[in-house]
Amino acid sequence: MNPIAILTDPMAYGFMQRGLVAALLVGVVCAVMGTFVVLKGLAFIGDAVSHAAFPGLVIAYIIGAPLYIGGAVAAIATALAIGLVTRRSRLRFDTSVGVLFAGTFAFGVMMFSTIKGYVTDLLGYLLGNVLGIGVGDLIQVAILGAIVLVVVLAIRKELLFATFDPLGAAASGLPVTGLEYLLLALLGVTIVVSIQAVGIIMVVSMLVTPAATAQLLVIRFGRMMAVGVALAAVSAVLGLYLSYYLNLASGASIVLVETFFFGVALLLGPKTGLLSRGWRRATTAEA
Amino acid sequence: MDSIVDRISHRAESRRARGVAASALAGTAREPSVIVDDVTAGYGRRIALTDVSLTVAPGSLLAVIGPNGAGKSTLLKLIAGLIRPMSGRLSVLGGPPGSAARSIAYLPQAEAVDWEFPVTVREVVTMGRYARLGFGHSPGPRDREHVLAALELVGMADAVDRQIGALSGGQRRRVFLARAIAADPELYLLDEPVTGVDARTQEDLMDVLEAEAKAGKTVIATTHDLICAAQRFHQAALINGRLIAQGSADLVLDQGLLSETYGGHVLVLPGDGQRMVLDDAHHHDEAPGERHFHDERRP
Repeated sequence: MNPIAILTDPMAYGFMQRGLVAALLVGVVCAVMGTFVVLKGLAFIGDAVSHAAFPGLVIAYIIGAPLYIGGAVAAIATALAIGLVTRRSRLRFDTSVGVLFAGTFAFGVMMFSTIKGYVTDLLGYLLGNVLGIGVGDLIQVAILGAIVLVVVLAIRKELLFATFDPLGAAASGLPVTGLEYLLLALLGVTIVVSIQAVGIIMVVSMLVTPAATAQLLVIRFGRMMAVGVALAAVSAVLGLYLSYYLNLASGASIVLVETFFFGVALLLGPKTGLLSRGWRRATTAEA
Repeated sequence: MDSIVDRISHRAESRRARGVAASALAGTAREPSVIVDDVTAGYGRRIALTDVSLTVAPGSLLAVIGPNGAGKSTLLKLIAGLIRPMSGRLSVLGGPPGSAARSIAYLPQAEAVDWEFPVTVREVVTMGRYARLGFGHSPGPRDREHVLAALELVGMADAVDRQIGALSGGQRRRVFLARAIAADPELYLLDEPVTGVDARTQEDLMDVLEAEAKAGKTVIATTHDLICAAQRFHQAALINGRLIAQGSADLVLDQGLLSETYGGHVLVLPGDGQRMVLDDAHHHDEAPGERHFHDERRP
């Protein structure tokens, strides 16, 4: 088999074409949002919001509404609720999130158990199936993803300032609280967009892993975002081909490729690279 | 010779610009930069400041002094509009706090910043321009000029492309002050600008702040360093949950006021009038040059 055929053969299938486009879209949007998720320490919130989307999906299924809308409403509402609870509650932040996280997911599972019969559609959302994505879904992913990208890029510098130094940004007149809620709402949208591709349980790694890998490699905000996007795109393509040829779950393959890159950066990266640090120590010791 | 009308319109124009010229022309007739009127404030149920009244004139170089937990940072945050008073009123640059935010540069304590953040020195200082730029506008050549000029002023022009976290504590403070300067503010609110920095940096930064005050800008800075406050600031406000005294910087040399501010933490050595103040500063980064004891001699 020639190398070009290795790349082109899978693309003969419509589901692989749609899957590739979806994986790329989701990877890119997640990596852009992930830059803020990593720098603001929102990973746990991301995990909570994705689990909270589940009851929304189930309820939408039961009442016959579009699943995306149900998931989006639940995810955004939870994201904003977390923002509010964090500001107002006297509990530790991760405690409040943990309570919301488990409670909302349990509610989803309970609603799910009231549905008679076996509902593959909904179970698919737990682990995701990017190869099962339809044209209609793909268009929704593209539109919502584009909205997130346009908004984030438009207010990129304000988000950067508010993330790096919230007090300084607020004192200079930036609406830091508003930006924070907007970021949480965008996070909710991103998660819902990604759920069909990689599933509720693995969305958080799409958000966190490429951006975290990028942070190990570069020292500039803009480059961190760019490197994260590039890593996410490469991982999406590689993961999808791996899943095709090795007959593996698609979402898990993408996530594992991303995780592999993270491991490589951790070992070899210029800043924190364990090996390069050891190497530097060895060379400076010689000098 | 200018006609009176000319001079008046001149003055109005300068006032609008709120620049160097304004203070020179309007002189002492300008209204105070900051008025704190009988303010009580805190967080949740904890009250940090009680019934504080304070007036700061334009061109002031004011040190806010007091032990940890005295409410120094709270006072700055109130003026910056970051927290609201529980009671009392504030006027900042002629309006309620927050109304003139673009003319305010706030410098957070070093501990409040994530130094692993992937930003370069240039990016940090450029943030000082963001509020002026407004949403959707990218920094232009004029902003870049401001950024470089500010970095030049604090002696960090050579480090523009370094990551902020790769700098020493003193260099980080220099860069943050450059960010404040790049914002071209009327009012500087600086939380511990010279804490944990070496003596040379402290002198350099105080030179810059002194020049800004001379140019008519108002500088309010919290500090732990009594020597620095006495020698380099023009005015001082001593606080410990309430305002103990406000006046010329010599106040910090007053034994009675110091005892009142620091409670039992002032040590008076008998004899030649030498004394030490144990300020209970406990900062996480033990940078070189940081002093926990301030040895102070009367001339």
